[in-house]
Amino acid sequence: MISDIAVLGRWGIETLRELGKAGLLLLRVIFRLPDLRKGFPLVLQQIYAEGVLSLLIIVVSGLFIGMVVALQGYHTLVKFGAAQQLGPLVALSVTRELGPVVTALLFAGRAGSAVTAEIGLMKATDQLSSMEMMAVDPIRRVISPRLWGGFISMPLLAMVFNAVAIYGAYLVGVKWLGLDAGAFWSNMQSSVDFHLDVVNGLIKSLVFGLVVIWISVFQGYYAAPTSAGIAGATTRTVVYSSLAVLGLDFVLTAMMIGGW
Amino acid sequence: MDNLVEVRNLHFQHSNSHIVFDGVDLDIPRGKVTTIMGPSGTGKTTILRLIGGQLQPTQGNILVANQNVHCLSRNKLYELRKKMGMLFQTGGLFTHLTVFENVAFPLREHTKLTEGMIRSLVLLKLEMVGLRGARDLMPSELSGGMARRVALARAIALDPQLIMYDEPFSGQDPISMGVLVKLIRTLNDALGLTSIIVSHDVPETLGIADYAYVIANGKVIGHGTPEEVQQDSSKQLRQFLDGLPDGPVPFHYPATALTTDLTEETIS
Repeated sequence: MISDIAVLGRWGIETLRELGKAGLLLLRVIFRLPDLRKGFPLVLQQIYAEGVLSLLIIVVSGLFIGMVVALQGYHTLVKFGAAQQLGPLVALSVTRELGPVVTALLFAGRAGSAVTAEIGLMKATDQLSSMEMMAVDPIRRVISPRLWGGFISMPLLAMVFNAVAIYGAYLVGVKWLGLDAGAFWSNMQSSVDFHLDVVNGLIKSLVFGLVVIWISVFQGYYAAPTSAGIAGATTRTVVYSSLAVLGLDFVLTAMMIGGW
Repeated sequence: MDNLVEVRNLHFQHSNSHIVFDGVDLDIPRGKVTTIMGPSGTGKTTILRLIGGQLQPTQGNILVANQNVHCLSRNKLYELRKKMGMLFQTGGLFTHLTVFENVAFPLREHTKLTEGMIRSLVLLKLEMVGLRGARDLMPSELSGGMARRVALARAIALDPQLIMYDEPFSGQDPISMGVLVKLIRTLNDALGLTSIIVSHDVPETLGIADYAYVIANGKVIGHGTPEEVQQDSSKQLRQFLDGLPDGPVPFHYPATALTTDLTEETIS
């Protein structure tokens, strides 16, 4: 019994220590901004690596998720004679929940894991140490551009996901199942509130983006410099990011429904 | 003698309580090649990281150019590091940059030189290590010896006062080793550097060193000119220098008696 409590205590202390390290890393990134002349091209490179290269999986997933939601929604709505409400159903589901959440989960799997593996490998091959010995701060040169790149990319990816998912729903609802296109779009327009639905969805994606990329750079920077260490860090990035996104989604949704 | 680096009463302990250094004193004379040798796991790389300020000693001081490395602010430490170069065992080359860009990296970070001047400087540094022709290659296309030479060119890009070599000869074929041995000595003399070589390759290192320290069990077990070290008769030093399989460093890792182990195995 005592040993179980000791194990629990040790786990608690270890978790708090990790959280403290992650918090300090985030503060160092925020307060040690890269200078604009050198930092801007690095952030742009990361927007390409984390954002543009994630577009394929985001577009394909968005298209199929929009199509599936439309198909499922139509077969339920039609029982109540409310098939014309398919547009609002899809738009609200996507802008409020599916867009930010699924994009964040895919972003964690595609970009987050890549960032962790890259930083971990740089550490294992002494690239970060050699940078330090050349009087170049790895936080400014490596970590910061990746964090800002991810933070900027994530809401942009969520917007692309939203647009493609709604288009996927249009293809299924209008082009395949024969709903009226005018009703589909006008019902959607009258039901979706720009601030409450679209902006709140984007706020969620900003928060998810920050959390996912923060976890990713932290796991990479503090990974054990071995192949097993990097593999473990990459796995933890995906697992912790997914759990954090789903947990935060509930909190943010509760806050947004309650009018903050 | 004028020392560029002075290590006084150095104690260092890992977070797992393993004691690496237990009161080490070293003097690294300016303009000379000094080697720190010792068996694997004695903390040779750790001492370089301590001199470079990447690790914090548990106790003691390290002075580089009369500045206490571990009492400096981050900015001052980074200024001091511009006067140091370090060659890592793995090379530490940036895998996404070409050889040229790797050598140009510190110049781009710390100077406002024009592109033309950076090009000339990089080509000159690469010429020194004999790899001007390899400037467009990626690190993955280089052999181990070439990678270390590129890392050496990068380490001297900012014309440092001190250069530290972490196991520069390990895993090298005889030709690469010969090239590196010659380069380290030539660069030290031609550029007026102070060099610290951490190694356990005894003949190669003692062949080019002006002064040698041998570390084992957290302490300095011998030091002097290469001739003095080689004539030292202490058992611990002789075992290391002559490569004897058994001695003060035992062949067997501590364990219970073999018969006890075998009997337990049979019973269980």
